[in-house]
Amino acid sequence: MVPDGAYRVGLATVAAVFALLLLAFVTSLVVQARPAFAHFGFGFLTGTKWDPVHGHLGALTFVVGTLETTMIAMVIAVPIGLGTALALAYALPRRLQAPLSMGVELLAAVPSVVYGLWGLLVVAPAVRTVLEPALAKLTGGHEPFGGIQEGIGLLLAGLILSIMVLPTLVAISRDVLIAVPHEQVEGAYALGATRWQVLRRVVVPHARAGLLGATTLATGRALGETIAVTMVIGNTVSFAHSLFAPTATMASVIANEFTEATEPFHLSALVAVAVILLGVAILVNVTARLLVRSVGGRQRVGLGVA
Amino acid sequence: MTLMALDPIIARRIEIHSIAERTVQGRERRASVAVWACRACLIVVLIPLVAILFYVASRGIAAWNWAFFSHLPTPAGIPGGGVSNAIVGSLIIDGVAAAAAVPFGVAGGLFLAESDGPVAGALRFAADVLSGLPSITIGIFAYAVIVKIQGHFSAVSASFALGVLMLPVIMRASETAIRSVPRELLEGGLSLGARRATVARKVVLPAALPGLITGVLLGIARAAGETAPLLFTVIGSQYWNLSPTKPMGALPLVVFQNGIQAYPDLVKTAWGAALFLVVMILVLSVGSRLVAARLRKVRR
Repeated sequence: MVPDGAYRVGLATVAAVFALLLLAFVTSLVVQARPAFAHFGFGFLTGTKWDPVHGHLGALTFVVGTLETTMIAMVIAVPIGLGTALALAYALPRRLQAPLSMGVELLAAVPSVVYGLWGLLVVAPAVRTVLEPALAKLTGGHEPFGGIQEGIGLLLAGLILSIMVLPTLVAISRDVLIAVPHEQVEGAYALGATRWQVLRRVVVPHARAGLLGATTLATGRALGETIAVTMVIGNTVSFAHSLFAPTATMASVIANEFTEATEPFHLSALVAVAVILLGVAILVNVTARLLVRSVGGRQRVGLGVA
Repeated sequence: MTLMALDPIIARRIEIHSIAERTVQGRERRASVAVWACRACLIVVLIPLVAILFYVASRGIAAWNWAFFSHLPTPAGIPGGGVSNAIVGSLIIDGVAAAAAVPFGVAGGLFLAESDGPVAGALRFAADVLSGLPSITIGIFAYAVIVKIQGHFSAVSASFALGVLMLPVIMRASETAIRSVPRELLEGGLSLGARRATVARKVVLPAALPGLITGVLLGIARAAGETAPLLFTVIGSQYWNLSPTKPMGALPLVVFQNGIQAYPDLVKTAWGAALFLVVMILVLSVGSRLVAARLRKVRR
């Protein structure tokens, strides 16, 4: 028999340990990153040179790489994801809704390393032989579709990322779309609105904050996705001057170099990159959760993609 | 025509009628185009799902044979060999992680379900945020607190990282499951004079069991596919090792490390390991729903 007091203290201890764990997580990263931040100062964020052997370490290339891949992914994923969520919530026969929703969520269960393998061995050859020549023809081989057509690179990374964030985007968007009060929808139908008018004028405006939250959450996943991007982006430390060019992201450079970092400041600089990534990810996730919460959407935590 | 010429009011009415008809037809056409565009999006989303499952299944099956499951890896360029060490390694790493994270996570869920104050609110929010953070940063956390102190890579450091990844999923799912237990059950237990701990153990947790199982399995499924946190913790190994304090092979690492090689045999092994991983995770996540549904049915 555990007395009530002891029971409460026990649970509170668990909660305290969890809080300490979070604190230790952030602290351990910051502590390891400090030498690099102290040595390079603000120049770490603006420096474009990444040369561990000669001690020149600047992370701008990776910050830009992360922003570019994330942007490409979201430009592709957001319209498609919104359309899919609308279809799943309002434009399908009832008996198709549940199995198809589950099918989309299964995509979220596929590990990211499997997306990477498929992207590298199946999608990359198709991008090299079909998509890139077609895009190059559009601009006559000029930017942003110029340069060597290798398959792997910025475009492929963005494409694979878009596929990876879609389940998160769709599942949460669908939740917030379904949470729109029935009276509003029925009322609009009763006024003679067509299905599209109901969706565009009633459902989407009502769910706007939640949809923005879903998009933000998916953005967070895209920012931090590591292994699949590492497998398809080409991993060169240089800005991509074309969508076809290889580059690197914050997460991919950590994955690539962490175990090989022996030069002074190299390891610390990689953790510093991780701290920047973590800071951005926390900001994005906090925003997303607040937005989803504001419309009473289900708080999903089981959909792991990153 | 003559009628129109004669009566401008009737002519105006006919005109209005045709405009209205065009408007109605137009908006209905727009509506059906838009609705079909949404359905087309759904199909676009489902294509990669089908494609991935198809490629992983067909190329993975081709790699599966007895040696794949029972042998150790052979050096690059030498055909044959298997990933038995990585299969066992993954089971150990995930098992140790779950053994730590499940009781801790369910207890955390119990705390969240029983408290409504600002502290619980903050922790709940923190758990949600934690579940969306890049897993590679959690790998660095494990590196800092275990690998660095231990002085070498180890399976237990990977278990720590995966445990941290499972934790928010298990906590929040447990909280939801526990909150869905009818209050009358809890109050009935308390009114009989039972202590809170007894009520939790004998009434609340058993009643919440289907939801708890779903949450736990989803948490494990999420962590089991992670690769990034393994890179600088367990690091991977070609050899047989059962000691959690040393480096081990792990399936996600086999997919990653073999998949980027130029040797066809290694790539084949990567597909085989990918299929094993996908099957394992699908069994966990689909199984979690089935188990929960089954338990709920038995209860009624």
